[in-house]
Amino acid sequence: MKQAAHKNKGKDDAMDIGKIDQIIDNHQGEASSLIQILLDIQNENNWLPKEALNRVSEKLAVPMSRIQHITTFYKHFSLSPKGKHEIHVCVGTACHVRGAERILAVVEEVTGVKPGETDPELNFSVETVSCLGCCALGPVMVVDGEIHGNVAQSETADILTELKRAETAEFLNKLEHAETAEVLNICACQ
Amino acid sequence: MSEIHLQIDGKNVTAKEDMTILEAARSVGVVIPTLCDHEKLAPYGACRICTVEAEANGRTNLIAACQHPVEKDLVIRTRTEKVDKIRKVLLEQMMAHAPDSEQISALAKVYGADRDRFEKEASFCILCGLCVRYCAEVKQKNAISFFDRGAKREIAFIPEIALKECWDCKECFPLCPTSALQAAYVLTEALMSPPETSATCGGCSSKQVTT
Amino acid sequence: MPRIKSPAELEAFRKEILAQRDPEKPCITLCSGSACHATGSGKVAAALEQEIEKQGVAADVTYRRTGCHGFCEQGPIVVIYPQGICYLKVQPDDMAEIISVTIKEQKIIERLLYVDVNTGEKATTEEEIPFYKNQERLVLGANRKIDPKSLEDYLAVEGYQALVKALFEMTPEQVVGEVKNAKLRGRGGAGFPSGVKWDFARNAPGEQKYVVVNCDEGDPGAYMDRSVMEGNPFAVLEGLMIGAYAIGANEGYIYVRQEYPLAVANLAIAIKKAEESGLLGQNILGSGFDFTVKVHRGAGAFICGEETSLLNSLEGKPGEPNARPPFPATRGLWGKPTNINNVETWANIPLIINKGADFFSAIGTEGSKGTKIFSLVGKVNNTGLVEVPMGVSMRDIIFKIGGGVPGNKTFKAVQTGGPSGGCLPENLLDIKVDFDELTQAGAMMGSGGMIVMDEDTCLVDIARYFLAFLSDESCGKCTPCREGIRQMKKILTNITKGLGQAGDIELLQELAEATKGSSMCALGKTAPNPVLSTINHFRDEYEAHIKEKRCPALSCKELIAYIIDPQKCKGCGACFRKCPAAAIAGGKKRIHVVEQEKCTRCGGCLEACPAAFGAVRKISGEPVPEAIPEDARLIG
Repeated sequence: MKQAAHKNKGKDDAMDIGKIDQIIDNHQGEASSLIQILLDIQNENNWLPKEALNRVSEKLAVPMSRIQHITTFYKHFSLSPKGKHEIHVCVGTACHVRGAERILAVVEEVTGVKPGETDPELNFSVETVSCLGCCALGPVMVVDGEIHGNVAQSETADILTELKRAETAEFLNKLEHAETAEVLNICACQ
Repeated sequence: MSEIHLQIDGKNVTAKEDMTILEAARSVGVVIPTLCDHEKLAPYGACRICTVEAEANGRTNLIAACQHPVEKDLVIRTRTEKVDKIRKVLLEQMMAHAPDSEQISALAKVYGADRDRFEKEASFCILCGLCVRYCAEVKQKNAISFFDRGAKREIAFIPEIALKECWDCKECFPLCPTSALQAAYVLTEALMSPPETSATCGGCSSKQVTT
Repeated sequence: MPRIKSPAELEAFRKEILAQRDPEKPCITLCSGSACHATGSGKVAAALEQEIEKQGVAADVTYRRTGCHGFCEQGPIVVIYPQGICYLKVQPDDMAEIISVTIKEQKIIERLLYVDVNTGEKATTEEEIPFYKNQERLVLGANRKIDPKSLEDYLAVEGYQALVKALFEMTPEQVVGEVKNAKLRGRGGAGFPSGVKWDFARNAPGEQKYVVVNCDEGDPGAYMDRSVMEGNPFAVLEGLMIGAYAIGANEGYIYVRQEYPLAVANLAIAIKKAEESGLLGQNILGSGFDFTVKVHRGAGAFICGEETSLLNSLEGKPGEPNARPPFPATRGLWGKPTNINNVETWANIPLIINKGADFFSAIGTEGSKGTKIFSLVGKVNNTGLVEVPMGVSMRDIIFKIGGGVPGNKTFKAVQTGGPSGGCLPENLLDIKVDFDELTQAGAMMGSGGMIVMDEDTCLVDIARYFLAFLSDESCGKCTPCREGIRQMKKILTNITKGLGQAGDIELLQELAEATKGSSMCALGKTAPNPVLSTINHFRDEYEAHIKEKRCPALSCKELIAYIIDPQKCKGCGACFRKCPAAAIAGGKKRIHVVEQEKCTRCGGCLEACPAAFGAVRKISGEPVPEAIPEDARLIG
């Protein structure tokens, strides 16, 4: 799992048209490379803003309808900004048999995010994956590219609670409520 | 163009090489039911109502008549217990979406399909694709498209294109076997009106609309 | 990298490579496939390099980061040649000792050896380990010896010998004939005779033809193709080129799941090196044969493993399948004759050309020749990739190689063929694993996934699980697949929630028939298989769920209750602290009681209760015993 550089996290950050054009040129502007081009844009930007889709439609002379179908058909594409922390829970058969559903339930509970969604603060994105090929380690959860194998429900909760706490502390820091942030970092909250 | 000889419901048929089973059947007056087929559009194979039995070399398979090309010595049976059963179930599945569609109800009568067998689903659309394909193949405007996949597959207008093209066209409206298309259009219209005058409905295609 | 312009130059280069390699010189190999990577082989590699430097043995050892060795349960794996000493679950800190003890002093480190979980016996070399001993790793075996990024390594293990033989000693028709005589059947799932398929493409009219590699391995629990593509991309390229020559194609595409970044990366490196050395491109080795290849990544769609969906995806469209006929062999990519095969199928080609059809067809059964790589996962001790000749019994695979079911649990079923397959219960375990036997038994070989399940797995839930998977992955185009799966999933979900009704099984069977019969592609046609197979072999579980609201495996959340045995509870409070729903009434030295109305059935209490006490248990289909009164809860 690549750790994406979250250069353009918010909806407001427009993606550089020049960058999009370069990606299109890398594939010789071929319409059949549409999916590869969109993959490159997705990997670069972490999501696909409307402007990017418009540009691709224009330059490849491909109807917007096809692009819209493709970006909703293939699950790797995200039409909205992703969260800072990407959490993937494997729900392949081997992991399922080893209790992946319960792990997923814990993830949903602690982060408040359902699979395929991102929280409003853009802290967490949760996805399910069908088979990472680490079946010997099932159940498997990947957080920001780091694989946690044989993960128990309690461990899952701990890992995510810690992340949540760090995010809240950072957020409060930014609000210059330094004292509150300090308190959060000190106490072992449940 | 060479000729292909096959049999359909006991009738000997001489078909042209590039014909489908459906076309060959029509040429001898055999009616195979369809929902997603249209003379102006390429065969699509979505509804599967045209499923028939095809026997060759001692083996019988189920095939979609609208898509399957004619083959030498093929023996086609358009009404069998198996075929009828399948059509019945497919119609019942569709009526979970569009119980009052005239076309579907008419077929339901023939095959004894129960309108209320399955719990009603939220969407009227049976995804026959007539609207999408007509706009793509005949009008070549691509104003309406499929989105997503699986149980979440749906149709929606592309607002920027629909705004320009649809008012003066609407040729896809009479094609729709359920009332799903008109509903989609009306919803999209609602989205295109200024916020103060429209309902707060997000619509089924809120994913792809950005204000 | 020198440009190799003829078979003679290739052989000279190969000789040069081999001359520089002393087979007696210690070589430390570290498995760096995705699974070992997940268990930290990256850090082990760094430690390895450090220690080699630190202990000054850089001149005395070579080391190599190889592809997947297959024994994924025990990674990271280090194998030291020439002896083949096999160390398992190696940690970065072990590296210092491995260098100082095994390399320098030539002694074995006992604690890193394999210990059989059932017999307690140790094994020093790979050959002695039961997991490997009972396999025949004709395809995956090469992974141990090569760094996937090294063309030299591939040449050192007879790489590209088959290509030379095909291009210079055989006509295209002869190559097709060899593959036909070998009776190779497609390894992707359908098991269609590959030689026959190649023949169709070869004979199809038209100048422009294509060959395609299907690396869109989507069956959850199957990762064979990934290990071959990551660990030996040159073998796939070589096989592909031989196939291209045979059918008359000069362009190829390799479709890889984007969820396999290491495979994409290693493949890209291999292609670049092959191009630089003239093993891809114009006039390969002076044969007059041109061949170029492009890599396309998937974007997250299981259906793209279906051949026509894959081709549509290559054309930049949504991955919806096309009607067949016409088949890709006559009308495929861009309407041209196209031969598309699975990764493992292509990887078998160099072997067949090198060793000959007779060698290959001597392995396996009457109807299924050669070896097959299976991913043996789930409730099994030795999880990993297993390669055996067709015809080995399922029992041997699971128990002899797999080491049986962990934790003293009872085997219940093995699921083969992924979402298109079925379950085999205990009484069918002596089945010889090949295409036809499995199909006859109502299962399917599929791509080779084998999910072992024990007494704690609910088979009704497994059927529901597969339908849930397929309802997301179906393209949704045709009614019987989209709606049929929708309805079947609903019924199964209800059954697992205790809402099953009389007639549900019959309704499932009716829906299954319509979906099997009239779906457009194999996804829909095979979607009902897990349901039908589990109804066939485990009907009693269905009936228990429906009639008694009981889950025999004690798995379905809505049908179970967690209770604390008052006789066994020691009041330690572990469960109380773990409970996320504050559903346990506790207190120091008091018998703890689960308050059923608040309980979310997460299972945390069962996890937390110390094994010595074992006071928490699950019940299903029976009323929860009344909680002992508050005043009687004091212990001691």
